[in-house]
Parts: sequence; structure tokens; C-alpha cells
Amino acid sequence: MTTLTKTEDAAAPTGADSFLSVRDLKVRFSTEDGIVKAVDGLSFDVERGKTLGIVGESGSGKSVTNLTILGLHNPRNTTIDGEIVLDGKELVTATEKELEHLRGNKMAMIFQDPLTALSPYYTVGRQLSEPFMKHRGASKKEAKDRAIEMLAKVGIPQPKVRFDDYPHQFSGGMRQRAMIAMALMCDPDLLIADEPTTALDVTVQAQILDLLKDLQQEIGSAIIFITHDLGVISHMADDLLVMYAGRAVERGSVREVMREPKHPYTWGLLSSMPRLDSNIDEMLEPIPGAPPSLLNPPSGCPFHPRCAYRDQVSGTLCTDTRPPLGEGRAAACHLTAEQKQTIFIDKIQPRLR
Amino acid sequence: MLQFIIRRTVGAVVTLFLIGAATFFLFVATPSDYASLSCGKDCSPQRLADIREALGLDLPIAQQFWDFMSGIVMGRDYPTGHCSAPCLGQSFYSGDMVWDTIMDRFPTTLTLTAGGAVVFLIVGIGAGMLAAYRRGSLLDKIATGGSMVLSSFQIYFLGPIVLWIFVYSTGLMENPKYVPITQDPFGWFMGMLLPVLVMSTIFTAQYTRMARSSMIEQLAEEHVRTARAKGMSKPYVFFRYAWRGSLIPIVTVFGMDVSGMLGGAVVTELTFSLQGIGRLAVNGATNKDLPLTMGVMLVGAFFILLINILTDIAYAYIDPRIRLS
Amino acid sequence: MSDNLTLPAQQGPADAPSPTETLLEVQDLTKHFPIYGGFPFKRKVGAVQAVDGVSLTVGVGESVGLVGESGCGKSTTGRLITRLLEPTGGKITYAGRDITHASRKELAPVRSEIQMIFQDPYSSLNPRQTVGSIIKSPMEVNGIEPAGGREKKVRELLELVGLNPEHYNRFPHEFSGGQRQRIGVARALALEPKLIVADEPVSALDVSIQAQVVNLLQQVQKELGIAFLFIAHDLAVVRHFSQRVAVMYLGKVVEVGDRDSIYTRPRHPYTHALLSAVPEIGIEDGAGEGRERIRLSGDVPSPISPPSGCRFRTRCWKAQDKCATEEPPLVQLSGNRAGHLTACHFPEEPSIEARDEDVVMDPALKALEEDAD
Repeated sequence: MTTLTKTEDAAAPTGADSFLSVRDLKVRFSTEDGIVKAVDGLSFDVERGKTLGIVGESGSGKSVTNLTILGLHNPRNTTIDGEIVLDGKELVTATEKELEHLRGNKMAMIFQDPLTALSPYYTVGRQLSEPFMKHRGASKKEAKDRAIEMLAKVGIPQPKVRFDDYPHQFSGGMRQRAMIAMALMCDPDLLIADEPTTALDVTVQAQILDLLKDLQQEIGSAIIFITHDLGVISHMADDLLVMYAGRAVERGSVREVMREPKHPYTWGLLSSMPRLDSNIDEMLEPIPGAPPSLLNPPSGCPFHPRCAYRDQVSGTLCTDTRPPLGEGRAAACHLTAEQKQTIFIDKIQPRLR
Repeated sequence: MLQFIIRRTVGAVVTLFLIGAATFFLFVATPSDYASLSCGKDCSPQRLADIREALGLDLPIAQQFWDFMSGIVMGRDYPTGHCSAPCLGQSFYSGDMVWDTIMDRFPTTLTLTAGGAVVFLIVGIGAGMLAAYRRGSLLDKIATGGSMVLSSFQIYFLGPIVLWIFVYSTGLMENPKYVPITQDPFGWFMGMLLPVLVMSTIFTAQYTRMARSSMIEQLAEEHVRTARAKGMSKPYVFFRYAWRGSLIPIVTVFGMDVSGMLGGAVVTELTFSLQGIGRLAVNGATNKDLPLTMGVMLVGAFFILLINILTDIAYAYIDPRIRLS
Repeated sequence: MSDNLTLPAQQGPADAPSPTETLLEVQDLTKHFPIYGGFPFKRKVGAVQAVDGVSLTVGVGESVGLVGESGCGKSTTGRLITRLLEPTGGKITYAGRDITHASRKELAPVRSEIQMIFQDPYSSLNPRQTVGSIIKSPMEVNGIEPAGGREKKVRELLELVGLNPEHYNRFPHEFSGGQRQRIGVARALALEPKLIVADEPVSALDVSIQAQVVNLLQQVQKELGIAFLFIAHDLAVVRHFSQRVAVMYLGKVVEVGDRDSIYTRPRHPYTHALLSAVPEIGIEDGAGEGRERIRLSGDVPSPISPPSGCRFRTRCWKAQDKCATEEPPLVQLSGNRAGHLTACHFPEEPSIEARDEDVVMDPALKALEEDAD
């Protein structure tokens, strides 16, 4: 299993083994109601050839983060602070032209709903060929050959015929395969998959997840896999980042986080999800309340209004001070390591058996 | 597609027939008729009967209707001579053949429509798209503000101002009039320039606003974002991906506008003293001139149906989901 | 379809759910949505066979799960039972009364006893009505005047579903998704129903909120003794909630049985595939390896022209000629518990343990995995 970059120095991120490095990222949208702090001081690294899973609910900032990496935010109402370094290249300050050159080439994205994410007006083949022609200077013929090769690789039958079809002539699963083929046209080093299977049926989801895993082994891309589904993530990712209210609250390898989660929010997620082998006689343990508004996030630890263990922390620490997320395997919580362990063993672990 | 066109054409013919029937019977049902109007104050029953006979109003209603409808297809004989198909009858008021009158006026209406459409499509959509492309810029603000002001103007307000400036006070141009393009292309152009520009100014403003909002809507589409995520340049994404989808609402409104204008632009014609179809319609209605009114109605309806079919074909061309289902 | 769907209790093992009085019985329920087209005149050229011969029973106070992928007809079935849609064929019997084609008037007394909870808590509540009037309206429509008045009842309901009764006069937009779904539940409870059809009641909600609503529904089901038809695509949620489960595929029930039978001893290959496709949270080492791995190829076929014979045969690794010609009846296979019925000619072993070899039908996956080896 991989560990996250050990030397986490906000001032000087080293690109030695981390291929993508995000440091203290802050993304704010100005809206009519005020400023939305969509991402608030986020740092993480992704290693070459590895998969980082990002889990969070709606509004946790997971999708915004990744649109920001690609530079697809709306520049009119968005302010970005912090650093995003991809293979030694700083992206926050990069020009539009430089980003254009990287998008679809060095970094590519797979979106949630392939029906709306593919243009209804052009053939699948054309939409696949475009980035290859642009980034590789390929001719139409070369791009077509490449597109047919990729369509075949992702398991689309009769790729030569389907090349000329429009997205609406594909089934849901086939569309997502075409989307994956499109993202992989230029062998990207970084692939961002934003809830790529949420819109799919469970049997199709299983196909697509396996496909992505197998393709990654073949081409060696780093993947950022965004999802709200802890089951999906534990199959897909090497490392895991749990996000809440625009911040990372827990980080570690998937195995570490799943085996011994350290943050009350992660505990809550795990004990509120029914599983195929969980004890039916026991009620689920939901997280009380609802995710906070990012217009006016809670002070201190953003999870404190919903946290069941707040009273174990002395004083007003939880409401005043934002708990830092340490390096490597860490959780942003004011509980002491011992408290966490006791709570986990007494209250959480029994539920997960 | 061919099946679709055939089906729609058949439907259009049926619709035209129904419109003709509805107009005819509504007109017949109105309390005052042309005969008693033209008979005048010192009307004797004998004279009224003579007029009715001369106009064919003494025949049974069904017969009159049949004569009218069959005339469109086969032509029709009048005491004054033969009226060849498509015969829309003879005006009660002037005695002219309605078809000939309409054909006489049609070039004026066509020039207004075509000229206007070219201006407001190119300028309106162009300005709207530029505004959307540079959203939030000074250009956008000028386009949005200007179109807001202009689209709240009316032709009968703007027309006289323009006439006053260019014709009456400075004498830069002559009073607008229609000169056949075959006779004198330059005279045709100069004669229709002011009406076309005034009419299209107001339309242009509306198209600017529509194109802008339609474009902005499309730019928020997910597939547009995907195209950006592939590394396609901003202008490429704008003109390939977003533009295509923004056309659908524009084509819809454009079709309605053009077919309406082909049926007669009454206000423009009256403002600039032009003799177009719109004015014919007004005359027909005020004079209780049944054949003229029905003729203009049917021609107007014909254009609405024709352009409806063309619009649907345009949809199919723009959107493969419509084409292939 | 077979008609031996009612639970034959006599020979069942001791731990099989004890049969209760049947509340709802659905027999051979069919719904075909016609498709129009053709030339020169439009006519009916086909039909979407959304539901095609579904038989089900729900006992008094029982909770039955209906699972399947999109297009399998589970939601349509729910709408047919609540009579939001008119059945094309079959029979719906509620409390001994045939309501298949009952008119509005005949349906009135039954309407209040069968309620529905919808998936989308945003669009299923009228944004211009206060929460109070939303919950009150079923009582008004049905002319029911509870003791103490309607408003008092609404406040009780709000309290019951975990909302503040003070919020009586608020509008839906002032509530979060989970709270809105609670409002939906309160509305369904207003008439003290005997059966609630819940159509994907939690799938639009965030993970941390889902459990709140599932618990609420469970509490309602147990404490008020309301029978549930719980329609969902999430197998884990259905398992948590339902005593019996029916698995649907392309308009038909392919397997039905008590929870344990379906989740641990399924016989239909589709049920196996469905269960093996659920990505489970891997907490223990080598998690997931203990369960079989089956990867089907392609998507669900179109319900406009479903495959002949067994509808699953086009994606099934066990399919043979017989499957194309003969539709398998839904019957109790030997070795199955009473009430565990399967529609398959070549059923699987009753186990979800990992098999020696994965079933990978997807050609692309197979190619990639063979390359990797």
C-alpha cells in the first residue's frame, strides 16, 4: 500500500514522488447571497499510477476541487488561492493557453452523467477524435483509427460502425465507455473521474469500475476518483481523502481509513451505510442534522454541530479552533489519539462487523 | 425525413382547407354584407338583388363555398373573363382578381421580410453571440442595454422620427416606395432601405437579447464543459458546441416572425405608406370584401404552414436526436 | 406466470417468516405503454412492456422490497398498485377487494389506506403550500376530521417524523432534502394508511441523511404496523428494510423470497450477478474476495422488444436453447425455502461464496484481464 507524501511542506512542495500536488487550495465563489467557501484550505498529493479517492457528500467541495485543477471554474466569480502543481507545472497561475494544452492531453476528466456530458449534436467518433487531432497534430484518418482502437478497448462492439453514431444512440453504459475512451485518447497521466458510475445501474457500474481499474494498470495513469459511495471507493482507490464542508477531514490509505477510521464524520458515514452483511436487527446510526451551508460555515471544526463526541473535548476548542489535518495518515479532529481509539473500539468497531 | 415532409404537407393542405372554410363561414355569418353596403342609402330591394346576383351572393352558401374552393384548384369563369388557377376570386370592391392583386403587392412584402430577416439575423445574432462570448464586458453591457432600449420602441414611433430626419428635414433620401428590383435595382434598394432598417432595428434588438441568453444557457451545458475539458479552445467550443444548441430557440422564433411578416407587416406598411399584403388585409376587412379577405388569409396561412414545415426540417438538421428518431 | 406466490406456510422451515393475513395481492399485473408511429397515419406500432405479468403479495404489516435496475418496471409496478396508472392487464386485490379497474368513487375508501412516498423530495412537494397544508390536504380531500382537529393531527405527525411542530407554517424550500422527505412521510401517514408504497425514498438523499430516513420508515413500519412496498435499486438498503424481497428484470419478477434466501441463497443467475456487483466496503483484509464475482456484458435490453423466452438469457452465462424458446415459470425449486420462488431453467447453486473462477462476460474486461495475466 502507498503512503502519502511524507514531506508535506506547504511552502515548497516537492515533486519527487507526488505527481499532482495541491497545497492550501481555497476556492471562493461570489454569489448574490454572499461568498461561498467551496474549498477552504485543502492539501493533497497524488502519486503516479495510483488512485486517490475523494469521498464526500454534496457540497463538500470535491467536484469543485477537480474542476479547479483543470481550470474549468468560471473565472468571473471565482477566486482561487493556493497551489496546484502537476508534474512540476504550477496550474493556478498558468495561462488559459497552457491549460488548454494540458487538458485532454496530460490530464483528462470523466463526468458523472454521460448523456449530458457528451454533445448531442456531433457523432461519438468526432468527439473522440477532436482532442487527438488537437494535441497530437494527428490527421483525421489517424484520429479515427485511434478512436476506433480506443472504442474497441473499452468494449464497444462494432467500433467502426459505432464511430459514426450519435451519443443518444448508445445505451447508458456504452456512453460512459465512450466517455472513458475519449478521456484516454491522449494517454493522460492524470485522470479525474467525477462520480463516473453514479448514474449507472449496479451491474453496469461493476463493469465500468473493473474496466477503469484494468485500464489504469495498462496505461499507468494517476486517477482521482470522486464519489459519495464508500463501497465504490474501497474497491477503486489506494489512498483516500474524506472531505467535509470544503475541507479534508481525514486522510490515509484506503485500508487504514476503512479499518480504523479516526474522524467522527468518517465514523458517521460508515455506521450510517447499510451493507449486505451488516446486522439487520440493529438500526442504522445516522449522522444527525444536515451538511452545513458553505455561505456561512460553522466556526472552528465545521463538523462540530453534528458531532456526537464534541463534549469529550474540553472547553470551546471545537467551536473556536479549526483542527489541523496532520501529515500522512491523519484526521482533523480535536479528540486525542487515545479518545479516538477508545471511541472506535467501544462504539464504532462493533457496528462494522 | 421524406415521409415526414409528405405527412406534414398533407396536413398543411387539410389545414388550409379548414382555415378557408372557417373564414368563409365566419364572414357569411356576419350581420352586414358587402351587397347592402355598396347598395348605399337609397337602396331598393330590386337593386340589392341585382348586386347580390352580380356578386354571386344569391347562390346557396354551399354553392358559393364550392365555387370558391374549386376555383383555387381549377380556375373559374367570371362574366368579366376567366380567372385561371389558383383563382382566389374577384374582389367585390375593385373587381380585380384577388390573386393578381396579391401578386402585385407581394414583392413589397417579400422585400420587407427578406431584407429585414437578413439584417436582424446577422446583426442581431452576431451582437448577441458577441455579448455572450464577452459576458460582463463593456461590449456586453452596451449590447444588452441598447437592445433593451431599442426593443421597447415601436415602429410607428421610430418610423416617423427616421422619416423626419432623413426625408423631411435633411432631404437625404426620398420618401420610401417600392420599385421592382427588375426595373431598377438601385431604386429598389434605396426605396426600401428605411422601412427595412426601421423594422429590423426592433427585431434586431429582440434577437440580440434572445441569442445572448440562449448562448449563455448553452455555455452552462455539461457537454460544453466536457469539450473544454478535452482542451478545445474557447472560440472552438463556443462556435461548435454551444452555438449549435442555441440555434433551436432562435429558429423557432425566427420561423414565427418570418411567417408573420410574409402575411403582411401592417404597421410598417402604414407607417411608410407602402402597398404590401398587410394593407390589403386591412382593406379587405374594412370593406367587407370577402374574396380579398379570404385570399389574404389563405396566403398568410400558407406561409405560416410552409415555414412551420421548414422550421421542423431545420430542427432535424440541427439536432440529430430529432433527425434520427 | 405461476400463481403459487402466496406463501405456503405449512412445510416452511421454522425460521421462515410466518405468513400473515394477505393485504395486497397482485396477479399477472401488466402495463404496456403504446408507441405510435408509422406512415402515412400514425398508429400503434408497438408497446413498451414496462410490467409484464408481475405477481406479488404483501401481508398485513409486512415490508416487501422490490429491487431491480432501471427499466425493470419496479416503479411502474408501484404506480399501478397505487392506481396512479391504469393496468393493462392482471388483477390487484387489496384487502379482498378487486381494485384493478376500480373507478375514482369505488377507489375512494381504499385510497386513504394506500399511500405513496416519492423519490424526489424537491419536486413532490408543492412549493407554494405551507408544510401544514401539504400534510393536511390528504385529510381534506378525503373528508377526514380526526379527533382534536386536523391541525392538531398535523402537529402530531410532524413530531412523529422528527420535525418541529412549530414549523407548521413554513414552506418546503426552508427545509433540507432529508427534512423534506420527512414531510413526504408525514403526508403519507396523515390518513393512517395500511400500506405505503415507497418509490426510491432515499436515493436522492446524501449518504449521511439516508440513514435518518430509513430509520424513520422502519420505526413507522414497526410501531404503526404499516405494510410497505419498498422500491429501490440499492440492494443493501432493501435488505435492511424488507422481510421479503422480489427481484425484477425487464418487467418480470425473476426471483422472490424471504430476505435470507434472496441475499444468501439466491438461485437466479441475475440475482447472483446483482449481488456480486454491489461494491462492498472492504474493511477486512482481502475483503470482497469471499464473494463471487460476476461481470455481465452490456446493458439491460429494451423493454420494447424484450428477448424471447427468459428475458435474462441475452446476458446470462448459463443460457441454452431452451431459454430462448420457453419462458421459465416462477416456481419453488427443490432445496428452496417455502415462498422462495425462482424463474430459471438452469438455476445456480444457493450460495454467494466465491466460485473457482469469476464469470466475466464483458468482452473488453476479458481482453484486458487476459492481457494482464
